[in-house]
Amino acid sequence: MAAAEMTLGKALGAGLRQAMRDDDRVVLLGEDIGKLGGVFRITDGLLDEFGAKRVIDTPLAESGIVGTAVGLAFRGYRPVVEIQFDGFVYPAFDQIVAQVAKLHYRTQGRVRMPITIRIPWAGGIGAAEHHSESPEAYFVHTAGLRVIAVSNPEDAYRSLRQAIASDDPVIFFEPKRLYHHKGQVDLDAPLADAAPMGLARVVRTGADATLITYGAMVTTALQAAEAAEDEGISLEVIDLRSLSPVDYGTVAASVRKTGRVVVAHEASREAGVAAEVIASITERCFEYLESAPLRVTGHDVPYPPAKLEKYHLPDLDRLLDAVDRVLDRPHSLTGADA
Amino acid sequence: MSPQVTPIADTAQDLELTERIIAPDGQRLANSRLDPFVDDVDAEQLRALHRDMVILRRIDAEGVALQRQGQLGLWAPCQGQEATQIGTARALATRDYVFPSYRETGVIYARGAKPGDYVRMWRGEEGAGHDPEALRVAPLQIIIGAQTLHAVGYGLGILHDEADEVAVTYFGDGATSQGDVNEAMIFAASYGAPVVFVCQNNHWAISEPVSVQSQYPIAGRAPGFGIPSVRVDGNDVLACMAAMRWALAHARAGKGPAYIEAVTYRMGPHTTADDPTRYRPQTELDEWRRRDPISRLEAHLRELGELGDDHVAATQEAADDIAREMRAECIGMVTRPPLAVFDGVYAEPHSGLDRQRDEYAAHLASFEGEA
Repeated sequence: MAAAEMTLGKALGAGLRQAMRDDDRVVLLGEDIGKLGGVFRITDGLLDEFGAKRVIDTPLAESGIVGTAVGLAFRGYRPVVEIQFDGFVYPAFDQIVAQVAKLHYRTQGRVRMPITIRIPWAGGIGAAEHHSESPEAYFVHTAGLRVIAVSNPEDAYRSLRQAIASDDPVIFFEPKRLYHHKGQVDLDAPLADAAPMGLARVVRTGADATLITYGAMVTTALQAAEAAEDEGISLEVIDLRSLSPVDYGTVAASVRKTGRVVVAHEASREAGVAAEVIASITERCFEYLESAPLRVTGHDVPYPPAKLEKYHLPDLDRLLDAVDRVLDRPHSLTGADA
Repeated sequence: MSPQVTPIADTAQDLELTERIIAPDGQRLANSRLDPFVDDVDAEQLRALHRDMVILRRIDAEGVALQRQGQLGLWAPCQGQEATQIGTARALATRDYVFPSYRETGVIYARGAKPGDYVRMWRGEEGAGHDPEALRVAPLQIIIGAQTLHAVGYGLGILHDEADEVAVTYFGDGATSQGDVNEAMIFAASYGAPVVFVCQNNHWAISEPVSVQSQYPIAGRAPGFGIPSVRVDGNDVLACMAAMRWALAHARAGKGPAYIEAVTYRMGPHTTADDPTRYRPQTELDEWRRRDPISRLEAHLRELGELGDDHVAATQEAADDIAREMRAECIGMVTRPPLAVFDGVYAEPHSGLDRQRDEYAAHLASFEGEA
């Protein structure tokens, strides 16, 4: 079948449906995922097709949801958990970082935790407090977890099935503000033929500098690359797609070509993913670097009220300003003390 | 009507407010609720329970000794809780699955642990001391109460598989304050999952008495979650077995979860790193020594004329044998090689960790040939 156009949200639903058809050990757990189809309707129609034993509305307790998923995994199930919003994952933190992440290591593989934890993620939708968080660094920092962040419908459909099929636990970040963005998805493309989960993707090739990001920021980065082109600057844009592990093969190849790097994310800066990526680039590619790599991130503030979020989230202009800095062009801090 | 409040902070009275079959002096009491569940238990089976408890106490003493001698990093003694652990665990079917905390030495013993299994984790050799699938016991859990949710998830799986099994979880009085334990009770009740909650109220969460955790009998909370419960004398092995058989039968019959509060006492320290003389009076310990679960069963067997010298001698010999094997296994354990620190983090290759492993291997190799 030829590819069909669908939204990222629909692609995720299709991915869940296909994974459940492929393997009857796949069960979904979450708040309001049954009749309602989830607050974002990602699980719409799945209760009708698979029944209440496989699409399980849970009590309103995130630690309980993840802890229950652990027990199901002990019994050989492959649970897929929906955390309703990014900011609601914290009550489940112990179960994720001390249980889900460690049980395979603790038992030397005798107990496996093939759990996928889906998290509607990040800001830019004018939401209430605790509905726009970017908590990915906590999970990247946790050994035993894999962390995926998707940026388009095709990626969402494929990566979600790969995450569910993985024998490792996967924290799966879904950019809320792209849920309604459309793209081509081939629903019949065999998973076996797909690029392995964990590989980054060069979404735009360029020669002068590398712009590395993930999630909804990929769209912003591509806009920045187009704007830069008008000024005669050729930007390469990399969508990391996987934050644990990071595909440094793809990243390093690009950095060796351009010698200049900007890493961007919505999450705040200190000890964030960009810091880790830049440290690793510096270790691997130091002699290729023409300028100091830069971060463009959310500020180190609690996620601000909705009317202020546009001053928090990296935008086109902040990305381009950082590009100017790594290219030694005039920029906002020109003349300022280092 | 105001709710009835039992003064549980009064530990002297605490045990009087429980269901029991054998009194502290060894006398058999009639108990219409529990008796039907143990009417098949004859003197031979009572002696087997006695043997189990004596062996468990010996294993526990050996664990403490091994820690004092530097062979273990830590040990969490269960002295005083033998009746609770043996009575409940001996009621299980092999096919049931247990999610314990870290003090359930008697439970893994009853599930068939090998001598080395008791010490492998406490020595720091492995993250899990035993093979979970072999014993059908999850690894010992150190995060307080986290395992109760795992039991509920497992029970949900049993329910969906329509299997004749029960998921059982053990936890302490301190754990009842944890959100996870309360969430586990809600989830189990909502789904009607076949889960048995066993709260070992040993009166102390390190230095905090049970009155800090609850101002109401712990078993009394369960009905508020829609879970029937029993508050049993945890130093009465027969009552513990009866309560567990009731709870398991309830869960197996498709009636959903059941809850046991076994009122017992931690005679030793919280762990070998603890000093209970700083927070509890000797008089309290002395009081509970008079309620010792092993001497209670011995008094009962003696009353029946069923505690022969040969049984006592054979039991002690068996206990010493296991302790000897445990010690030999412990001291003979070979620590895995340096790169094993990387083993088993993931089920599938992880490029970031693989690179760290390679770098550390190169670092280690750089010392090869040095004295």
